Amino acid sequence: MSGAAPAPRGRAWVFGDRVDTDQLAPGYAMRKPLEELAKHCLEAVRPEFARDVARGDIVVGGEGFGIGSSREQAAQALRFLGVSVVLAKSAARIFYRNAFNIGLPVMIVPEAGQIADGAQLEVDLAAGLVRDTTSGREYRGEPVPAFLLEIVADGGLIPNLHKRLHGKPAA
Amino acid sequence: MTLSEKILARASGRDQVRPGEIVTCKVDLAMMHDSGGPRRVAPYLERLGAKIWDPSKVVIASDHFVPPPDVDSAEILALTRRFAREHEIESFYDMQGICHVVLQEHAHVLPGMFAVGGDSHSPSGGAVGAFMVGIGATEMAGVLVTGEIWVRVPESWLIEWHGQLGEGLAAKDIMLFLCAKLGMSNDYKVMQYAGSAVTALSMMERLVLCNMSAELGAKTGIIAPDAWTLAALREGGHEVGDDALRWQSDAGARYERHLEFDAGALAPQVAAPHSPANSAPVAEHGGVRIDQAYIGACTGAKLSDLHMAASVLKGRKVAKGVRLLIAPASTLTTREAAADGTLATLVEAGAIMLPSGCGACAGYGAGVLADGDVCIASTARNFKGRMGSPGALVYLASPYTVAASAVRGTIGDPRDLLAMKAAA
Ligand code: SF4
Repeated sequence: MSGAAPAPRGRAWVFGDRVDTDQLAPGYAMRKPLEELAKHCLEAVRPEFARDVARGDIVVGGEGFGIGSSREQAAQALRFLGVSVVLAKSAARIFYRNAFNIGLPVMIVPEAGQIADGAQLEVDLAAGLVRDTTSGREYRGEPVPAFLLEIVADGGLIPNLHKRLHGKPAA
Repeated sequence: MTLSEKILARASGRDQVRPGEIVTCKVDLAMMHDSGGPRRVAPYLERLGAKIWDPSKVVIASDHFVPPPDVDSAEILALTRRFAREHEIESFYDMQGICHVVLQEHAHVLPGMFAVGGDSHSPSGGAVGAFMVGIGATEMAGVLVTGEIWVRVPESWLIEWHGQLGEGLAAKDIMLFLCAKLGMSNDYKVMQYAGSAVTALSMMERLVLCNMSAELGAKTGIIAPDAWTLAALREGGHEVGDDALRWQSDAGARYERHLEFDAGALAPQVAAPHSPANSAPVAEHGGVRIDQAYIGACTGAKLSDLHMAASVLKGRKVAKGVRLLIAPASTLTTREAAADGTLATLVEAGAIMLPSGCGACAGYGAGVLADGDVCIASTARNFKGRMGSPGALVYLASPYTVAASAVRGTIGDPRDLLAMKAAA
């Protein structure tokens, strides 16, 4: 592994079921560069999100997080805004894969619905554990497989491939 | 094993695979389009200093930014052409139609193949009995470099439709019904469609079932090949032997769920904004006034779809105050529709013809909606803001129902219009 295993911690931003890729990366902003596109991330459901989210913050979703198109910008916008991990009851398959591939971990947490908006969270991805330091509660999720954690630690699939092809991750 | 398990076993070089296992598969075909393809993967290939593992297994179709409405789009198309030339991609379809439809028209996907596409509706390839999944651009770069990808073997569901669809019903009605019935979070499943109503469908209609498996949240959809499949492939110019029919589920294959439905009992379905899961029989949305009717997209503007629309529109006019926009799914569709008189029927009824491509379906091309616009469309999804303004309301339905609504000016059932015609 090139980087340390990520240990996300931050404020919870709680969303409902089926946050889709058109909400994460709206079609009308798709031709804009990522830094512009990211300003529109989730604005249809929560206009202040892109402005107020802080580095390390955690997005909490319900069922089917990231359903919709294969656009990777949906995950990239979150990562660009500093989101450290997405916790969800379930995630759409393509979003799940895309997120890891660009270096944003996703953890499946069946009890994600119990997390309150604004709570301070600490996440142990390898153990599949979420600690809510605001309420003192703990939630058990699905541990993230080691090879996916390695991709996240390398910074995404491309640096990971670089390591495999050339023996070291891309600078 | 199920058909899907057999394909994944073959592609991963194993005798057997089980649902839940993670295997690495060799990719038989990789498809990209102008939006998620070259412009996103080229910088990765450059950074990695890598070449495409096998250009003969790559297909590129420019369909999203076509024809370019502005300079940014034109540059994306130019980049796509350069990429195809530099990487010696022979199967490059420049503005020939929507990728999933073009792939099928040219018989690139074959029974038993393991294929990937840089688009969420890549499950369309399942129509011929292939296992085809959608992936993102970074992952596509990984495939282009290594020719491989990891796959979690999905649970298979068997969805059987018995009997026959009634007059005025289409594959789209089946899928909208299933979206409401099963919801959109069936992650990591493969939907295998079967039954007399499914095997009676043309290949382009079967494509709709597999395509909209994406709306069910499934990993993909698949239909076992039969004599029609082989006939369609041969028509597409591919020499395929009868042994391709060996790609079937074993007699004792285990499905996680087995669902059975009566096609004869199905009414035309309409999905209300902003989700395909908001589907209900058309009567429940009857009378909703519309501003625009849109017949387009991979699910909704193939030749069979235009035939459906024309059967309703023949001898009728689009209602006053309604704009009916039609974007045929491919240039071949347009040629065939011109040859058999379908285009004339559509235009005569007052339809405005748009170029072939994704168009307004993804909010990229001509026909996007303003705040407050109400639209009924033959596309696959109606998420908020997808087709233009987040303040627009988009309903989904079959081409029959879209055409009938265009004639009425309000959302309505196509069956009485079709019956009137039969009686006349
Ligand atoms: S027509 Fe619509 S659903 Fe089909 S590939 Fe294009 S954008 Fe996607």
